[in-house]
Amino acid sequence: MTKLQTILTATSAMCCVTAAHATELEVTHWWTSGGEAAAVSELAKAFDGKTEHTWKDGAIAGSGNTARPVMISRITGGDPMAATQFNHGRQAEELVEAGLMRDLTEIAEAEGWKDIVNPPSLLDACTLDGKIYCAPVNIHSWQWLWLSDAAYKTAGVPVPTNWSEFVAAAPALTEAGLVPLAMGQQGWQQKGAFDVMMIALLPSDVYLKVYDEKDAEAAAGPDVAKIFQAADQARAMAANSNVQDWNQATNMLITGKAGGQIMGDWAQGEFAVAGQVAGKDYHCLPGLGEKNVLTTGGDAFYFPVLDDADKTAAQGELAALMLSPEVQVAFNLKKGSLPVRGDVDLSAANDCMKKGLEVLNNAETLPGGDQLITQDTTRQIEDLMVEFFADTSLTAEAAQERFAEIIADAE
Amino acid sequence: MAASRPNRLFRNLSAKIAAIPMILTALVVFVGGTVWTVAYSFTSSKMLPKWKFVGLDQYERLWETRRWMVSIENLMIYGICMLIFSFVIGFILAALMDQKIRFESTFRTIILYPYALSFIVTGLVWQWVLNPEFGVQHILRSLGWESFNFDPLYNADIAIFGVLIAGLWQGTGLIMVLMLAGLRGIDQEIWKATRVDGIPAWKTYIFIVIPMMRPVFITTLVLVAAAIVKVYDLIVAQTGGGPGIATEMPAKYVYDYMFGGQNLGQGFAASTMMLLAVLIVVVPWAYMEFGSKKRG
Repeated sequence: MTKLQTILTATSAMCCVTAAHATELEVTHWWTSGGEAAAVSELAKAFDGKTEHTWKDGAIAGSGNTARPVMISRITGGDPMAATQFNHGRQAEELVEAGLMRDLTEIAEAEGWKDIVNPPSLLDACTLDGKIYCAPVNIHSWQWLWLSDAAYKTAGVPVPTNWSEFVAAAPALTEAGLVPLAMGQQGWQQKGAFDVMMIALLPSDVYLKVYDEKDAEAAAGPDVAKIFQAADQARAMAANSNVQDWNQATNMLITGKAGGQIMGDWAQGEFAVAGQVAGKDYHCLPGLGEKNVLTTGGDAFYFPVLDDADKTAAQGELAALMLSPEVQVAFNLKKGSLPVRGDVDLSAANDCMKKGLEVLNNAETLPGGDQLITQDTTRQIEDLMVEFFADTSLTAEAAQERFAEIIADAE
Repeated sequence: MAASRPNRLFRNLSAKIAAIPMILTALVVFVGGTVWTVAYSFTSSKMLPKWKFVGLDQYERLWETRRWMVSIENLMIYGICMLIFSFVIGFILAALMDQKIRFESTFRTIILYPYALSFIVTGLVWQWVLNPEFGVQHILRSLGWESFNFDPLYNADIAIFGVLIAGLWQGTGLIMVLMLAGLRGIDQEIWKATRVDGIPAWKTYIFIVIPMMRPVFITTLVLVAAAIVKVYDLIVAQTGGGPGIATEMPAKYVYDYMFGGQNLGQGFAASTMMLLAVLIVVVPWAYMEFGSKKRG
């Protein structure tokens, strides 16, 4: 009897060492629009196919502003998922400091992330005290003006090639019953557009002075005043844009109801899903066509500390897989974003992505807003922009004054 | 002497033991949580609570924030209108219902039904009803009234009233039922007596019935007031706080800064102010209500 027991124990112990450790990893993210969902399914496919584990999709609808609180409260509340999306930068800073995120340094060294991740600033954003805590998956840049060829055809004006032409063409679109500028009425979109104007229409040092050095004088200065004037124009152009979500705004371009949209390169995924061709159905202008500059924001995956050893091992596999060349290409082509490694073949990329790659390799890049200012400050600026874009009685001067106050208080 | 008289603490012992879990919950969860929140509202806690004392900084920032001021103003408008309209409409409906009408239970069910829906569903339904492109405005325009204009949710000046309509639609049914229960509790002899004296019905309601229904009114007031202060989901579902910040509410500010803005200190400061607002209303009332009973 005891012999039998020993054998049983031994075999069961062996099975636990050798048998498949297939586990299910729950991955949370806020990629729910058509193009985003297509991209995330590439990740899931690769994970299901190349490892023995399964991907349990934890998509949270709504924008990141809705999803992040859910993710954070799950992690701090002791019910962590296996992996979760955040944007590059300071969003998960405190979770890492509190020791809730898993240290990925070993995996990063084994895979040689230091050598392959380009630009290196992305990996720096994941690093705290020399340890790496996240796996960057893509580079997104905000500084794009998307233009609908159909809308400009209806209005009978040529497609603009820069911001000032875009502003000049606006009355023709209004006359034709179209909306010159499509903009979803959510704070992050309006703040995003504002930041884009600040980067594209002014020398880069102004942007850095305001957001990096938190210089309140610069924020109240004459340069930024020009941007508030431009935002005032944008407000007038977007007056009849009644949509909420960014992809609904992009859809106004796809259906030819609106002329342009200031939105990050993720908008490209929507054009692709709708079967539109860059350069023919729609045009894109990096840096609003005024300046060759892009910020390197984007998404990274963080892996909360888990007790389960099997799941911890599977997390490592997932992290390594996310940066593998095939996954990077498949995912980013669908997402409309740029890969985080410079050594992959993107010959399948469309015109707009190629433009982006060129800027990334040859011209100026800047850190994105999420990397420079805290979520708290971001939120305050978003509140200001929501009010500014909805309430025409709030003048550009008054808004700038409040903007400067927020920057003065920022950390 | 102490031995001769049983200790008062041990009287009804089993009942007191049975109440211990509830007492502990009340003390630890409610009182403890409240004290903790208030204490941490004086710190600069960001995403995670950290004991770094900053005095009244969070409160100073709170009262300088325009969004918070708009939220307070909205809560005032919504609260006062909600109280007045829901009481008036609820009481009138209950009085009509009390006229021994036919199919009373059917009407009661219909009027109470909206209360069975959550604020999220209510918000979405009214968002669609008030949408100018396919709601009320669209229907009346397609019936031939071309100049009809009704889009409260898209006009920042009156958007809060669009929310109020939805809140009333959802909440009035409950008030009617409570009032109806109160009316049924009035002795029929009183009605007979007033009829003998030839007092008109409306006078009977205002001068006799309503004063007699004081306990019902107080219960209803507490329920409605609590629902008003914590209004959050209706706003999220119906307007998202928009257009602009025209329909923001304090509870939404708390949530947005606590979690979205990753600034716990600011969220705690705002929720402490909400608590204070509730206390200002509740404490004098409780004093009057319970303080006088002991004396009299």
